[in-house]
Amino acid sequence: MSYLDKASLKVVGSRPIRPDGVDKVTGRANFGADMALPGMLWGKVKRSPHAHARILSINTDKAMKLPGVKAVVTRADFPDVPPDRAYIGEAPANLRDMSRNVMADGKVLYEGHALAAVAATDPSIAEEAVDLIEVEYEVLPHVIDVDEAMKDDAPLVQDGLFTAGVEPKPTKPSNIAKRVRFTKGDVAAGFAEAEIVVERKYTTKPVHQAYIEPHACVVSVGADAQTTIWSSSQGQFMVRGYTSRIVGADIASIRAMPAEIGGGFGGKTIVYLEPLAYMLSKKSGRPVKMVMSREEVFRASGPTSGAAMEIKLGAMKDGRIVAAQAILKYQAGAFPGSPVNQGAMCAFASYDLPNVDVIGYDVLSNRPKTAAYRAPGSPIAAYGVESCVDELAGELGIEPLRLREINAAKEGTKAAHGPTWTNIGYQKTLEAARDSAHYKTKLGPNQGRGIASGFWFNAGGDSSAAVHINEDGTVSVMCGHPDIGGSRASMALMVAEVLGVPYDQVRPVIGDTSAIGFSAVTGGSRVTFAGGTAVTRAAEAVVEVLKKRAATIWDISPEAVEWTDGKAVPAGANAGSFEPLDLVAIAAKSTRTGGPISAEIQVNAQGPGPGFATHICDVEVDRETGHVKVLRYTAIQDVGRAIHPAYVEGQMQGGVAQGVGWALNEEYIYDKDGRLENAGFLDYRVPVASDMPMIDTIMIEVPNPRHPFGARGVGEVPIVPPMAAVANAIADAVGTRMRDLPMSPPKLRAALDEQQPRLAAE
Amino acid sequence: MSKHHVTTTINGEPTEYLCEAQQTMLDVLRDELGLTGSKEGCSSGDCGACTIILDGSIVCSCLMLGVEAEGRTVQTIEGIADGEKLHPVQQKFLEHAALQCGFCTPGLIVAAKALLDTTLNPTEEEARYWLAGNLCRCTGYDKVLRAVMDAAAEMRGEASA
Repeated sequence: MSYLDKASLKVVGSRPIRPDGVDKVTGRANFGADMALPGMLWGKVKRSPHAHARILSINTDKAMKLPGVKAVVTRADFPDVPPDRAYIGEAPANLRDMSRNVMADGKVLYEGHALAAVAATDPSIAEEAVDLIEVEYEVLPHVIDVDEAMKDDAPLVQDGLFTAGVEPKPTKPSNIAKRVRFTKGDVAAGFAEAEIVVERKYTTKPVHQAYIEPHACVVSVGADAQTTIWSSSQGQFMVRGYTSRIVGADIASIRAMPAEIGGGFGGKTIVYLEPLAYMLSKKSGRPVKMVMSREEVFRASGPTSGAAMEIKLGAMKDGRIVAAQAILKYQAGAFPGSPVNQGAMCAFASYDLPNVDVIGYDVLSNRPKTAAYRAPGSPIAAYGVESCVDELAGELGIEPLRLREINAAKEGTKAAHGPTWTNIGYQKTLEAARDSAHYKTKLGPNQGRGIASGFWFNAGGDSSAAVHINEDGTVSVMCGHPDIGGSRASMALMVAEVLGVPYDQVRPVIGDTSAIGFSAVTGGSRVTFAGGTAVTRAAEAVVEVLKKRAATIWDISPEAVEWTDGKAVPAGANAGSFEPLDLVAIAAKSTRTGGPISAEIQVNAQGPGPGFATHICDVEVDRETGHVKVLRYTAIQDVGRAIHPAYVEGQMQGGVAQGVGWALNEEYIYDKDGRLENAGFLDYRVPVASDMPMIDTIMIEVPNPRHPFGARGVGEVPIVPPMAAVANAIADAVGTRMRDLPMSPPKLRAALDEQQPRLAAE
Repeated sequence: MSKHHVTTTINGEPTEYLCEAQQTMLDVLRDELGLTGSKEGCSSGDCGACTIILDGSIVCSCLMLGVEAEGRTVQTIEGIADGEKLHPVQQKFLEHAALQCGFCTPGLIVAAKALLDTTLNPTEEEARYWLAGNLCRCTGYDKVLRAVMDAAAEMRGEASA
C-alpha cells in the first residue's frame, strides 16, 4: 500500500516524544562504555609514535610480567585476510585493509597506528603495560600532503600499489590508488563555445566526525568460541560481520548487541576495537572492555579526506553553463578508499549541463585511514564547485541565486554519473530560497550573504523489521538499525499509521543480531527509507493476519474483512453484521484463532530518492581579527515526506553546524614529523553553542514514490552546502575569496591584509 | 596502592566509597558507584559530557579527583528528576526534540539546570555562553536553546511557547 496522500495521514508527520527519550534525559540509556561484566578486564592499545616506520621487533615480556596483566596481542595473533577474502557479503569495506588498520602488519603507516594491545585487571595497569611493550622501529620517510604524495619521488605508503582505472596499467607503483572519471558531452567543445571561463583551485583539510562518544566495546569469548559483543556502532550486523572475518570466526558464533550510539556520522560504520578485544578475551578467557581516549579517536579513527581541487566552468553571457570540469585529489589516509568516487559523482549533480568532465584521484599518505563522514565526498566537491559557481556569477554580473536557477537540474536532467532525475525537488529549494524572509532582509557593513546548493544520493538496501501484537494488544516493533537520531520515533509512527493505533501503543526496540534478520548499517541516510519500508511492510503483513483472525472469529471469509481505524470491520452489508474488533479483542483470542500474531519482513529497498538542498548564510566579518560570525542561517531541503518533522529539522540543523565548523575552524594540523598537533577538543575546535545562531529550516516535500510514505533520506545532504555558503558569504561581505579551508581567523586576517593595499590603490 | 575513604553526599544520599588517589570523580561515579549517566567524551574538560553540580557550581567531573568530593554535595544527571517527575529542562528537551544521539544530553541537562538554578530569566545569548562548555555534535544547538528557554519560561510560570 502507499500512504503518499499527506491529507490522509493521522500520526505520520506529527511530533511525539521519542520512545527512548526519558532514558536519554535521565542518564538511564546505556551507551558503549556503560557496559560492565563480572571479571571484566580493561584493554588498551599500543600505538605508533611515528608517521611511517618498519617494525623491527616487538618485545612484550616486561608487559606480560606486570601483575594484573592477563593478555597481550600483536599482529602475530591475527589471521591473515587474503585478498580473495577481503570482502564479506556485499559490504563495501576491504577487510584485508581493515585488519591491517586495526593491527599493523610489518609497517606502521601513520602516527597512532595500533601495533599491540593489552588486557589487565585495571585500566591503569593496562596503561602501564602498554608503556612496557618495547618496539624497535626503522623510521621511514613519510608524506602528509596530497600533492606531495602524488609526486614521482614520494615515499610509498603501501608497497606494490599500482593505480587502478588507468590504461595502460602503470608499471611503477605510486600512492595513487585509483583514478575515476565521469564524462558527459564534449567538454573541450563546450569550453571553446563558452564566452566566459573561470578556472580556480580550492583546497580542504581533513576533518573529523567528532562524535562526542569515543569508540567503546565489551567482548566476551567463551571457551567454545561462542561470543557476545556489546558495542556502540552504526550497525550490529556490521560489527558481527567485520569482526568475524578479521579474527577468523564464523558469523554464527558471534552475537552483537547494539548499545546506544553517541554519534557516528559515518565514523562508526567500521570496527577498530572489537577485533582487538576479541583476541584479548580469547587469550585471557575473560570479558574485555576497551574504550578509546579522545586523543585516540583523533589519531586513529575517522577522519574524512582533505583535498586539492581544480574547478573550471565555461558559460555564455546569459548565464548558461556550457562546460564544467573538475580534477579532485582526495586523501585516503594510509589505505585506499577516500570518497573521491562519490565526490566526483556529486560535484555537478545539481546542474543541468551539456558537457562535463570530472576526474578523481584516490591518494594515500601517512595519515589515519579515512572513514565515512556524512555524505562522504560530496561536501568537499561542493565547496569547490559552489565557490566556483559564485565566482562565475561575479564574472558574469549575475545574481548567484539566479545563476543557479538558470542551470538547475530538473525533471529529466541526465547527470554526468548516469541517472536521469525524476521526482527531484532541487528547483523548489531555489524557489523557497528566493521566497524566504531571510533572503529579503538587508545586510549591514562587513556583512555578507552566501548561497550554496548540494546533492547526496541517499541509500537503500537490506533491512529487516518485525511487528508483534502482544497478548494485551500493545505492539512491539523490532528494528535492525541502531537509533542514532530519533529513528525509533519514525518507525513507531509508521507502524501506528498502518495499524491505525495510537503512537503510544507501539513500542520499538533495536534488536541484536540474534533477534532480527540482517540489516545494513545506520548510514547513507537509509534508515527511514529502507528500515521504514521494512516496518511498514511488516505492519501491513500483520494487518492481513489480524483480518484473518477476525474472519475466523466471525466465521466469514477473510476477503470480507476490512481494517479501518485500528479495527477489523465487515467489508460491507453482505459480509454480515458484527461489532468491530480492535487489537485488544483479537489478541485476546489469538491462541484459539491460530497462535501468536507477528510478521517479520526483509527488504532490499531500491530507489531511495536523491536529496537536494540549498542554504542561505549571512556572516559578519571582523576585519581586525579575521573572525567570522554566522548571523543567520536558513537550510532548505527536499525531504520527501517528513515522518517526524522535528527530527528532520534536527538533521538539517546538525549538518549545518558541522559544516560551519568545517568551514571556519576544523582541521588536522601536522608537524614536520607527520605527528598530529591538535588531537583534542581544545585545539580541534568544533562549534559550541555561542558560535551558532538559531538555524532556520524549510522542508520541501516532493514525495519519493519508492517509499510507502514518500520519505527520502535527510541526514547527509545538510552538510554539503555550508562550506561554500560561508565562503560565498565572506566574499560578499569583504570581497575576499577564501579558497582554502578552514577560513580561520589567522588565514582570513592574512587575506584581508593582502587585499588592503589593493583597496587603498583603487 | 592503598585506597582513600571518602564520605560525601550524592543526589541527596549520604554516600561512602573507596577510591585511588588518581581516580577522577567521573571514574568514581561510573566505575565504582555505577552512575553511568555522566559520560566521558574527552577526559580533558573540553566537552562537558561529564558535567555535575558540586556545591551548586557546575564542574567537569573528569577534571576533579574522587577524593575531592569529601564533605561536599554532588548532583549528577541521575538526581535531576524528582522520582517519576522530570525536571522542566528534561521535559522540554523531550518536547523540543533537543537530542539526537543523546550522549551529550546528560551534561547539557545538568548544566542547563544549574543555569536555571541561578536565574530564571536568561537571555538566549546568556544561555548560549553558559552552555558553551557542553559540546553537542548532532543538533547544532537550535533545539537545545529552545528547550532551555522554554523551560525557563515554564519555571517563571508563563504559558509554554
